[in-house]
Amino acid sequence: MAYPAGLKYTKDHEWIELSGDKGKVGITDYAQQQLGDVVYVELPEVGAKLKQGQSFGTIESVKAVSELYAPVTGEVVEVNGALKDKPEAVNADPHASWMIVVKLTNPGEAGALLDATQYQELVK
Amino acid sequence: MEQATEAPLKKTPLNARHRASGAKMVPFGGWDMPVEYAGGLVQEHMAVRTRAGLFDVSHMGEIEIAGKDALAAVQRISSNDASKLQVGQAQYSGLLSPQGTFIDDLLVYRLAPAHFLLVVNAGNIAKDYAWIADAIKPVGDAVAVDASSRYALLAVQGPEAASVLQPLTGIELAGIKYYWFAHGEVANVRATVSRTGYTGEDGFEIFVPPQSADRVWQAILEAGRSADVVPCGLGARDTLRLEAAMRLHGNDIDETTTALEADLSWIVGWKKDDFIGAAPLREQKATGVRRKIIGFEMLDRGIARHGYDAYVGGEKAGVVTSGTQTPYLKKAIGMAYLPVERTAVGTEFDVDIRGRRTRARVVPMPFYKRQK
Repeated sequence: MAYPAGLKYTKDHEWIELSGDKGKVGITDYAQQQLGDVVYVELPEVGAKLKQGQSFGTIESVKAVSELYAPVTGEVVEVNGALKDKPEAVNADPHASWMIVVKLTNPGEAGALLDATQYQELVK
Repeated sequence: MEQATEAPLKKTPLNARHRASGAKMVPFGGWDMPVEYAGGLVQEHMAVRTRAGLFDVSHMGEIEIAGKDALAAVQRISSNDASKLQVGQAQYSGLLSPQGTFIDDLLVYRLAPAHFLLVVNAGNIAKDYAWIADAIKPVGDAVAVDASSRYALLAVQGPEAASVLQPLTGIELAGIKYYWFAHGEVANVRATVSRTGYTGEDGFEIFVPPQSADRVWQAILEAGRSADVVPCGLGARDTLRLEAAMRLHGNDIDETTTALEADLSWIVGWKKDDFIGAAPLREQKATGVRRKIIGFEMLDRGIARHGYDAYVGGEKAGVVTSGTQTPYLKKAIGMAYLPVERTAVGTEFDVDIRGRRTRARVVPMPFYKRQK
């Protein structure tokens, strides 16, 4: 699967799609492949404060449970409740299965994230 | 998902085949093993429940015991009663400590009146062999040999297992009863075929010389093409065995749990002479166990995994030993040890899932039982 050029990526295998001072966050195709069949996604409440690099939730597959790490500092303004009932969407379409929308406190942070080419190189 | 990098991992004779097939490899019990292939764990699990799957279980250990007094030696170290075995028959058993707890669990095959084959867990081979060799010294004419490197072991499991395997062998598979075995050839390779497995399905485990393992592996996949037989990894092996409520050493049974606490009284040869671990088990049987293994399913969302604490009325009361989301039953299930007075079917308790109290209920085991 190709990594969309419009997204920014972390070394922890999250992506963020920036739009103004907000960003949609999900996990990458590489991450979902490593996890295998996803059965449970545990997400924060709207209003939760996130710090870059810290855990904002967990994702659980049949095999294992992993932390989700915030790509940027900010506040959760939207949560994708649909993933509660359809967690397998993360496997089927990882780059469209957003988990949360974050309002960035420090938009400068996003500049240091990986672009698609750099991320592709990381997971090669 | 951390990789142990200290000691070099051992490889089965099929290692290159797994890698070439796009398997995801993980360290397991000191071995580099496939956890799943490209299609994924859930698909592999369903293949075994509905058709058939092929597993490489060559990492398992084989210890042979032979000599005039081989039966007495096996009787001393194995909890089950090996005198009940005829030549060509196998049984599940425990390798118990003097405290009646599990050094390992194993299958005991009677190859000849005074020749036994013990199949033990991969991570325990060295420990088991040292223990057995020492423990049978007083017995007389019996010697134990670690023969693990002489065997590759493949498992074909699922309702179509017999029909896939039959064209490859002169052995009449219908004539092999559950927990019996026969010698012959599979894909023109010398083989021992046993009607056993770790999935809760009908199926066979096939012992072959390591240098021929790849030929047999390929022949079974080829023969199984029309039935859509798929290679399966350790991930599906674990979810399948858990649905069938088969214990996993290191998870559900270990050197802290007795055969009675693990609800495995049926693998204890109560009527046979003394064996290692017999005394504490007899005492525990007379006085009753304080805790016991149970099966549970989750009532709230979440998977209770190995090592998570169980709570009754706000008090820590036990521990989860295995847990997963089962692909076939599509429920979160598991096994746990609870105080014996809380083990009745229907009893509810809580599991601490990463700080969240999550409701579970005791249910009968096995979770899955195949239609005969």
